[in-house]
Parts: sequence; C-alpha cells; structure tokens
Amino acid sequence: MTDSTLVSTTINGDSIEFACPNDETLLDALRNRVGLTGVKEGCGTGDCGACSVTLDGRLVCSCLVLGVEASGREVGTVEGLTTNGELHPLQEKFIEHAALQCGVCTPGFLVAAKALLDKNPDPSETEIRYALAGNLCRCTGYDKIVRAVQATAKDMRKAKKKKG
Amino acid sequence: MRYESPTTIKEVVGLLKKERGKAFVLAGGTDLLVGMKLGMIEPDLLVDIKHIPAMRTVKTSKTGFRIGAAVSCAELGEHKAMKKAWPGVVEAANLIGSDQVQGRCTVVGNLCNASPAADSVPALIAAGAKAVIVGADGRRTIAVENIATGPGKTCLKKGEVIEAITLPNQTKTSGDAYLRFTPRTEMDIAVVGVGINLTLEKGLVSKARVVLGAVAPTAITVPEAAEALIGTKVDKKALENLAAACSAACRPIDDKRGSAEYRTRIAGVMAVRAAKIAFKRAGSAA
Ligand SMILES: Cc1cc2nc3c(=O)[nH]c(=O)nc-3n(C[C@H](O)[C@H](O)[C@H](O)COP(=O)(O)OP(=O)(O)OC[C@H]3O[C@@H](n4cnc5c(N)ncnc54)[C@H](O)[C@@H]3O)c2cc1C
Ligand code: FES
Ligand code: FES
Repeated sequence: MTDSTLVSTTINGDSIEFACPNDETLLDALRNRVGLTGVKEGCGTGDCGACSVTLDGRLVCSCLVLGVEASGREVGTVEGLTTNGELHPLQEKFIEHAALQCGVCTPGFLVAAKALLDKNPDPSETEIRYALAGNLCRCTGYDKIVRAVQATAKDMRKAKKKKG
Repeated sequence: MRYESPTTIKEVVGLLKKERGKAFVLAGGTDLLVGMKLGMIEPDLLVDIKHIPAMRTVKTSKTGFRIGAAVSCAELGEHKAMKKAWPGVVEAANLIGSDQVQGRCTVVGNLCNASPAADSVPALIAAGAKAVIVGADGRRTIAVENIATGPGKTCLKKGEVIEAITLPNQTKTSGDAYLRFTPRTEMDIAVVGVGINLTLEKGLVSKARVVLGAVAPTAITVPEAAEALIGTKVDKKALENLAAACSAACRPIDDKRGSAEYRTRIAGVMAVRAAKIAFKRAGSAA
C-alpha cells in the first residue's frame, strides 16, 4: 500500500527526482515540489490551458496528468523556453505586441504556441486560432496574441532562411 | 490511492480483479482526472495502461485496423492509412477537446466514459467498429454500440478492460463522415452528433449506417434513416426523408446548450450535411 511514489523525470533537459502523492497532478507537483511556478492553474479541469506543458514533446494540460505519470518521461515548461537567459522569439513578440496583461494565461499560450510552431512553421491565422483554442485569456481579447504568434513565425522563418 | 503501470494486459486484469476498493483503468485521464478534481470519482487504485506496448499502436492488417486502447486521438489523427480509410472516424476523434486534450484522450476512454455526447462513438458505430474486451475469463469481441448502456454506464464487468478497437477495411466505394453541432466552434459539447457510413453500387447507395449522438441516453443507430438513403443518389427527396427519420428517432434532453425541440430539428440538418460528405467520399474513393 503506497500512496506516494518517487518520480524520476527530465524537466527542461534536467534530471529531477521528487516524491509525489499518487493522486497529485503534474501541475501541483511542478509548482509545489519542483518549484517551477511558471505553470499556472486557471481551472484545474482541462478547460483553460494555463497549465500547458509538453510531455515527450506533446502538448498537454498538466492539470490532467498525474505527477507519477511523468516518470521516465520528458516534461517541457515555459521555463525551458529561454536559452542562456535569452528570451525565446515568442516571448519577445508577446512583449512587443502587448499580448499579455495580467499574465496568468501567458505561460500556457507560449508553450502551446511553441508546440504549434515546432509542428507548423507557417500557420494561417485560422490554424493559430484553432491551435490556441484550448488556451483562454480573459484580458487581451486574443487578437494581440494571434498577431504575436504570426510575427514570431515570420521572423523565425526569415532567420532560418538566412542560416540557410 | 495506489497507482500501477503494468506492462502486460494480464497484469491489468489481475490488478483490477483483485482490488476490493474502487479501481479504474487510466488511459488519457481527461475524464478521470476531471472527475477526481471535482470529487465525483475517488479511486483506490488507478491502473495506467499506457505502458503496454500492444495498446500503444495502430495496426493495419488484411482485415482492417486495430487501434490500441492507449493510442491518443492526436496519434490517431497522424495515422495516414486510418485517415484515408476512415476520415469520419478520425475527424470525430480529433474533435474531442483542444490540442492539449488531444495529446492525451483516447477513443476507448471516450467510449467507456459513456457520455451520450461522446464524439467518437457515433462515427465508430457507423463504421462497424468492434471492441476487444479482456477479462479474467479471456477475450470477447463485441460491437461498439453495445458497450454503453446508459449515461456513464457500460456493459464491462469488474476486472474487464478494452484492449483495442477494430475497424474493417473500408471498401473502394464507401465513405464515412461525422459532424457535430456545438454552440461554440471549439471546446464544446455536442448538441447533436451524426456519424454516417455509405457504400455505393453503380452510383446508388447500397448500404448505409446512420448513427446519432447526444439525442438519447446513448448513441443510437437509426435504421429508418439508413433506409431513406438506400437505393438513392442521395438526392433532395432522399435527404428530406433522412432528416425526417433522424428527427423522429431523437429522444433528447432539454438543457442550456439546446432545447429538446432544437436538438430534434438540428439532428435532421446535421444528418443531411454528413450524408452529402459521406456520399462524395464514397464516390471519389472509387
Ligand atoms: C477540456 C475538455 C474538453 C473535452 N471535449 C470533449 C469533446 O469535445 N467531445 C467529447 O466527446 N469528449 C470531450 N471531453 C471528454 C474526454 O476528453 C473524452 O471523453 C476522452 O475521449 C476520454 O478519453 P481518456 O483516454 O482521457 O479517458 P480516461 O479519463 O482515461 O477514462 C475515461 C473512463 O473510461 C475508462 N477507461 C479508459 N480506458 C479504458 C479501457 N481501455 N478499458 C476499460 N475502461 C477504460 C476509465 O476507467 C474511465 O472511467 C473533453 C474533456 C475535457 C477535459
Ligand atoms: S488549469 Fe489546466 S486547463 Fe485550466
Ligand atoms: S493576460 Fe490575463 S488572462 Fe490572459
């Protein structure tokens, strides 16, 4: 009878171990045991996307994943977007386009938008809106977020071409 | 609560059978974890099936497709052969929730959760899908339409688990489609769902399956609606008869998403649209 498990996982490329009650969500484990508070709880029931992370590269709601399920897998959070302290182009464009106000939804949007651009470097506006339909924002009205993602995609495509 | 992640189906059955408290199979968890969060489900044991290799793949064979119970709907949507043969089934599975939900949810979870509005279920039934069930007494295969027995209820016995869903090969002159109506375009629960699978012979419908979701306690097959299409080119008259048969079969609830009267009417409208798509697919596949 064990109600708790020692979880060994990889988070943003680092090996991490934490003890986790079996019924605790990955969202709570990330925030309260690992100390990664970028991931937010909006609803806790899969509706708002504020808790978005990647699990083995796939976008998921961390409120709908158990902490123990992260065992042996790779978790990606918003904290993993920066490289050597430099913001990811998406983060820069979100700032430039004022695509955030209170910021609670922002980490989720960034992780979801990155997952989209990794799969599809040239998404149409409709594709962006569908891909981000699982992320709710109660402040910006979405347009600025969509523009920021479009602008990032454009810049990243240009940068890639240059590199050639 | 205990959590187990066995690597064989035998262990799953053993764990479920042995448990005295409340035991649940954990697939994508998109229903289960919501239920736990809301305090509606308090499991003593969760048996995660995602570590069983045979449950993680979609297999194609001479007889058709075998979708492992732990295959996420996102993975199903990436399976080219499935998409080509059964576009309606794949579209229905891909309508479930957001990209985040897609990364986790499974069609078997959708089926076993037994919501009357489950999106993948009408499409699976229209396609003639079967569920392979494993229990302590061995394996049995039953039609998907016989799994749900009422809202939140299935015919699975204690200790039983669905291993896979099987689908036949789609013939060259067949086509399927699934459409749902929701007040919002994304992230909403179906007010009506319609799955249709048609086979043509010399340009006329020779076989049809029409299945409605969200208008009765479980998804319902409507033979009268199928008959309205058989022997026709899915012309205006046939579509009128189809719509009337679908509306007549509805026994919907009244709620904030749609009144019973509205659901009944929309069932006919959506059936007409789905039939046109299925007919086109059946014709162009030839
Ligand atoms: C934000 C959000 C949006 C959603 N939108 C939709 C929607 O648009 N349409 C829709 O139809 N649904 C929707 N759902 C509901 C849910 O995502 C689906 O029903 C999904 O398919 C469930 O699959 P799962 O693998 O996550 O199931 P789980 O939660 O893992 O399981 C569901 C139930 O089935 C049982 N079960 C699972 N696998 C097996 C098995 N192999 N054998 C026996 N029993 C099993 C479990 O024990 C549990 O009782 C939504 C959910 C959320 C959170
Ligand atoms: S907190 Fe997970 S989706 Fe809202
Ligand atoms: S910025 Fe406040 S919820 Fe999006």
